[in-house]
Amino acid sequence: MLANLTAPAVTRIVDARGSFCPGPLMELIRAIRESAPGQVIAVYSSDSGSRIDVPKWIEKAGHRLLEITRRDGYDEIVVEKTH
Amino acid sequence: MKRILILGGGVGGTLTANLLIKRLRRQVKAGEVMITVVDQTGQHTYQPGFMYIAMGAERAERLQRPERGLLDKRVHLVIGEVARIDESTQTVLLTDGLPIAYDYLVLATGSRIVPEEIEHFATEAYHFYTADAAQELRRGLDAFTGGRIVIGIAGMPYKCPPAPLEVAFLIEAELRQRGLREKSELHFCSPIGRAFTIESVSAMATPILEQKGIELHTFFNVETIDAERHIVQSLEGEELPYELLILVPPHKGQQFLVDSGFAPAPGGWLPTDRATLEVGGRPNVFALGDATDLPLSKAGSTAHFEAPVVTERIVASIQGRTVDPRHGEYLGKVMCFFEVGDGKGTLLQFDYEHPPRPPKPNQLWHLGKIVFNKTYWHTVPKGRV
Repeated sequence: MLANLTAPAVTRIVDARGSFCPGPLMELIRAIRESAPGQVIAVYSSDSGSRIDVPKWIEKAGHRLLEITRRDGYDEIVVEKTH
Repeated sequence: MKRILILGGGVGGTLTANLLIKRLRRQVKAGEVMITVVDQTGQHTYQPGFMYIAMGAERAERLQRPERGLLDKRVHLVIGEVARIDESTQTVLLTDGLPIAYDYLVLATGSRIVPEEIEHFATEAYHFYTADAAQELRRGLDAFTGGRIVIGIAGMPYKCPPAPLEVAFLIEAELRQRGLREKSELHFCSPIGRAFTIESVSAMATPILEQKGIELHTFFNVETIDAERHIVQSLEGEELPYELLILVPPHKGQQFLVDSGFAPAPGGWLPTDRATLEVGGRPNVFALGDATDLPLSKAGSTAHFEAPVVTERIVASIQGRTVDPRHGEYLGKVMCFFEVGDGKGTLLQFDYEHPPRPPKPNQLWHLGKIVFNKTYWHTVPKGRV
């Protein structure tokens, strides 16, 4: 609850449910390109590979992974664009 | 009369037209059904051959034939460019003003390359997605005397997913044959966390990259080209200098599909049902091949296996019966050859539920690809395989 209160507000949702790897990652990359530093993007992915691929990409690209939450049939991965 | 209108004279459009004629011969003869293909150029191009132009083993003139000669004579062919689709009147309007009405619409409109979306692409990067570009790349390779070759992908999705890896393998083999390998570095840049989208293919290709001394850069999404310093930069902050840069250009769907409300911007890929191939829930509009948003290879093979599904669904509707699920549901089947250089290749065969298990590369699969390329004109578009 506390984490939700302090987490930055999501500015954009990328609903990539039903899309297979690397679809969710590619959708996130597009959203990152179109966003400004400081904006927060939530990716919804039903592909289990995203739990691995997306955080790896975020680390390499130097952005900030805020949280990964298991929802009903999909993962919500929240990312802050840092630069 | 039922009017079936097919937009696009590539693999998907041509094969669908020819399969429909086979199934609706009687109705067409009786004037109850009319099948029309609209194609922008009237020329059918075998695009998988472009890569071989770049490798010095193919000529552009052998990769193109008149569409008229590939279509059954009972199929009408209109050569023209589509301006938009008016859904309210079920009419396609061509840029010359000609309206063509439809009862069933098949969107086999392919993909288009948009290299202009990356600054300096035209002057700095080679590619092999048109015959002219492939010839340019051949000249670039002929002039190459050593240095860094960087091969990358400047946007996903793109046509023929194995092609950039194949080109890397083939160029590596060529450099060895020309005695340039010791003076050269080869770098392969993948936008994702491995060499290829499908894990099993990546597992097959990665050791080959290592064995051939081709350096793999993962999570390299091409962002900019520094034309002055000859450096390609990734979104992830990596920089690679090059003497010769080969990039798969960004791809998009057709703009008129966006303008007509059939496909969302900016990609322009048609929202397509993975089993029925219906577009956006419309029961009389189908898509196949590169034009769809399906998570599958954008390749002629995909269209080849989708065409019978579109055909069965249209034929069933015209005959007033339910769709035969054995033929009217697409299971995601794709099959393609994969070159690894030195006269060897392998085969990728998969569907939605079964990832490919590529056999160990050998000469047989390489020869299979060559034979397929040579016999294409007599087999695929005419529905003989």
